[in-house]
Amino acid sequence: MNLPRDDATGPGPALALRSVSHAYSRTPALREVSLTVEPGEVVAVTGPSGCGKSTLLHVAAGLLVPQAGSVDLLGTDLHDLDETARAVLRRRGVGIVLQYGQLVPDMTLEDNVALPLLLDGGDLAASRTAARDALARVGLEQAGQAVPEELSGGQAQRAAIARALITSPRLLLADEPVASLDAVAAADALDLMLAVARRDGGAVVLVTHDNLVAATADREVRLREGRVERETVLR
Amino acid sequence: MSLAELHLALLSAGPAHGYDLKGSYDAWFPDAKPLPFGQVYATLGRLVRDGLAEVVETRSEGGPERTVYAVTAAGRQRLREWLAEPAPPAVAGTEDLVRKAVVALRTRDPDRPASSFVDDQRAAHLRRIRALAAGDRSGAQDDLGSRLARRYAALHLDADLRWLDEAAAALETRSPHPDQEGPR
Repeated sequence: MNLPRDDATGPGPALALRSVSHAYSRTPALREVSLTVEPGEVVAVTGPSGCGKSTLLHVAAGLLVPQAGSVDLLGTDLHDLDETARAVLRRRGVGIVLQYGQLVPDMTLEDNVALPLLLDGGDLAASRTAARDALARVGLEQAGQAVPEELSGGQAQRAAIARALITSPRLLLADEPVASLDAVAAADALDLMLAVARRDGGAVVLVTHDNLVAATADREVRLREGRVERETVLR
Repeated sequence: MSLAELHLALLSAGPAHGYDLKGSYDAWFPDAKPLPFGQVYATLGRLVRDGLAEVVETRSEGGPERTVYAVTAAGRQRLREWLAEPAPPAVAGTEDLVRKAVVALRTRDPDRPASSFVDDQRAAHLRRIRALAAGDRSGAQDDLGSRLARRYAALHLDADLRWLDEAAAALETRSPHPDQEGPR
């Protein structure tokens, strides 16, 4: 196994996709996509349904190996890593938030949030302490012993954000992170996610079809039919 | 715009001079055009003439003389009547956007395709929404009224953007020369 070094994350971009193409069967999902995300930058990836947004996020996370092009994640070329090493890099340096939180149903919130640390061999007590701190940062300090089904959608998404940010990731990848929430809960969760990510100096890639979410980014990258149609600096 | 009633509303918080009223107006409606001083004083003059406001004091406090105004009972009644009437459910403030979009779609400038207009307008709208959200985070003008006014503006800009997306999609699928198509 070719494990990434802990210090593999140099001062370069948090993420760099170069001429990435990928197709499902014969249907192209990404065509020659290049995208660089600098440390501390928040980038919104937008575009109509089926434009390749989610595929791009999966490629960026190393969950999907593209058929062409290269992906540098935190300074490491993913081509140089096998699947296990990609998982290690992801656990240590990348936070992922998906639309429905995807918490483990029969684990307490505290253990859900501690999971990235535990999977990386972290001490149980220390990981749970860190999880309690992370839950407190998202306003869920009282809910550590609850299980996901006892939470509202907004609380579950907050917990998912806490889990994604517990490792202080250098890159946060979020796929429609607040689409399942009502407007007030969505605005709160989004503010919280960006505030924590920015405080830690992490880069954020937000995949969204929501203009109000996209407008929180420093830059919008708009996809159409798998291609980058336009990039707009918003800050 | 109901400037008279808005001035009565601002005065209903307590007597104030024109300078204060302008500041309050700009804080209440952060996404509106700032109110010119001339308009404040002209409006106050009309309110006094119509018995809806009155001059209660003239202060100098070492600087230029300032007239302090207060709302009268008739003014409060006018304000109540105004609030009792629902606002017309009309789209406000987007006329330029619609006109420019229609012109961009109908005039075919090869050096500047209509899609450029849509893209640039989208960027302008997103930047404005971002600035409004930054206002929420900054804590300045953090009262509920200001937050709600910013939210109103952001949601309306979002509606504009959705319409622009539809316009862009229509652009892609339209016939090359729709104006020259005959009746079907």
